[in-house]
Amino acid sequence: MDLKIKAWRQKNANSKGGFENYDVQNITEDSSFLEMLDVLNEQLLGEGTEPIAFDHDCREGICGMCSLFVNGRAHGPDTEITTCQLHMRKFKDGDTITIEPWRSGGFPIIKDLMVDRTAYDKILQAGGYVSINTGGVPDGNAIPIAKIDSDEAMDAASCVGCGACVATCKNSSAMLFVSSKVSQLALLPQGKIEGKRRAQAMVAKMDELGFGNCTNTGACEIECPKGISIAHIARLNREFLFATCKD
Amino acid sequence: MGGFISSSIGKKFFMSITGLFLVMFLLVHLTANLALLLGPDTFNIVSHFMGTNPIIQIMQPALAIGFILHIIYATVLTLQNQKARGTEGYSKVVNSHQSSFASKNMYILGGLVLSFLVLHIINFFWKIKVTGDPLLADVMIHGEEMENAYALVAGLFIDPNLGFIYSAVYAIAAIALGLHLTHGFWSAFQTIGFSNDVWRKRLTVVGYLFAMLVGGGFAIIPIFLMLFGAK
Repeated sequence: MDLKIKAWRQKNANSKGGFENYDVQNITEDSSFLEMLDVLNEQLLGEGTEPIAFDHDCREGICGMCSLFVNGRAHGPDTEITTCQLHMRKFKDGDTITIEPWRSGGFPIIKDLMVDRTAYDKILQAGGYVSINTGGVPDGNAIPIAKIDSDEAMDAASCVGCGACVATCKNSSAMLFVSSKVSQLALLPQGKIEGKRRAQAMVAKMDELGFGNCTNTGACEIECPKGISIAHIARLNREFLFATCKD
Repeated sequence: MGGFISSSIGKKFFMSITGLFLVMFLLVHLTANLALLLGPDTFNIVSHFMGTNPIIQIMQPALAIGFILHIIYATVLTLQNQKARGTEGYSKVVNSHQSSFASKNMYILGGLVLSFLVLHIINFFWKIKVTGDPLLADVMIHGEEMENAYALVAGLFIDPNLGFIYSAVYAIAAIALGLHLTHGFWSAFQTIGFSNDVWRKRLTVVGYLFAMLVGGGFAIIPIFLMLFGAK
């Protein structure tokens, strides 16, 4: 298939960017979106043009590194996938594909389609690790955990920190990310003890870094590649309110 | 506590609590207003009760504070959210489903309701409480003298010149309020933490029913009076 690519080009964080148009030919519909970009970049190198910078790493849909706002949607026109799992069969021959970087005050552009997601690391650091002494490895089933709790904790833990929630949210709110990271520990006995303190610390850091306020539009959970529910946001709100009451 | 008030969740908590308080007020207000459909005597008795009952009098300033806080917090949060989005926007956004029109336009819908509220206060509250109006001349109902609030309210919608316009404005405002509630109702519960995957569905359904009840209820009254005239 032959495609027209309209991609955001920006030299560095401080320069002004703009869209550039490119043509790519002979793309098989079985190739992934990132492979299509690889083909385009090879072509640009051949022409002596600087290739388009974009984030990617595992290309297996588990690392959360690839980003891209494709045709008006985070991770492109498909559900519960990262961009590396988006395939060209989702497009038609002759399509014009618009590719933009994540746009948020919290994720400044580094170059072209790459954004700086250090803010997420800072929020995680503010939450910290489980720092209470939990002793040695307990006997199997000595601490019963309800199936429903372990499932929910695991769902929350499947967050890969890609930033699609922030990129999609009209308020650029990081609540889905923060609530996942709070939930994954707050539901389990080891993490529960520090759950409230962790919620307070992570919310304070999230606010400080300039992410917006959640207005419960639910756009984030639709674009989340792991399908994480905004029920976790309600849990975070609960943890935060109880933590405040305790203080 | 200081950290709570300045935090994002704290500010939204106040949005929710004031919002739920206003929801309670809407129920009381709608119940009283539906008496308009039952004729002058019923409405005048209800109106007299609302004007003299001590609990309602105490709640009036509380209600005003509720409105003001809701509006102030909405403005602060909206401005912060616009700033958080960054300077450059997307050239193209596909609203891929599900996130509702109301949820994305709460501030605009709220603004519509607020501008209506100003007109509404000028039309009725101000005349009843402050300036008075010849239409309000006392009437005798069951041996008790009271203001003829029915004449003032119904008079607005059956006015031969402006009645149609006022009825339309009131009905549109009721719809805007209903839309505001379709998102506001369940969202308030979500923000105070009272939601999960099961309760979210329940609250959304209740929220839509409540929005239809309130929006429809308020919209019916001016249309009814305009079509069937005052009794």
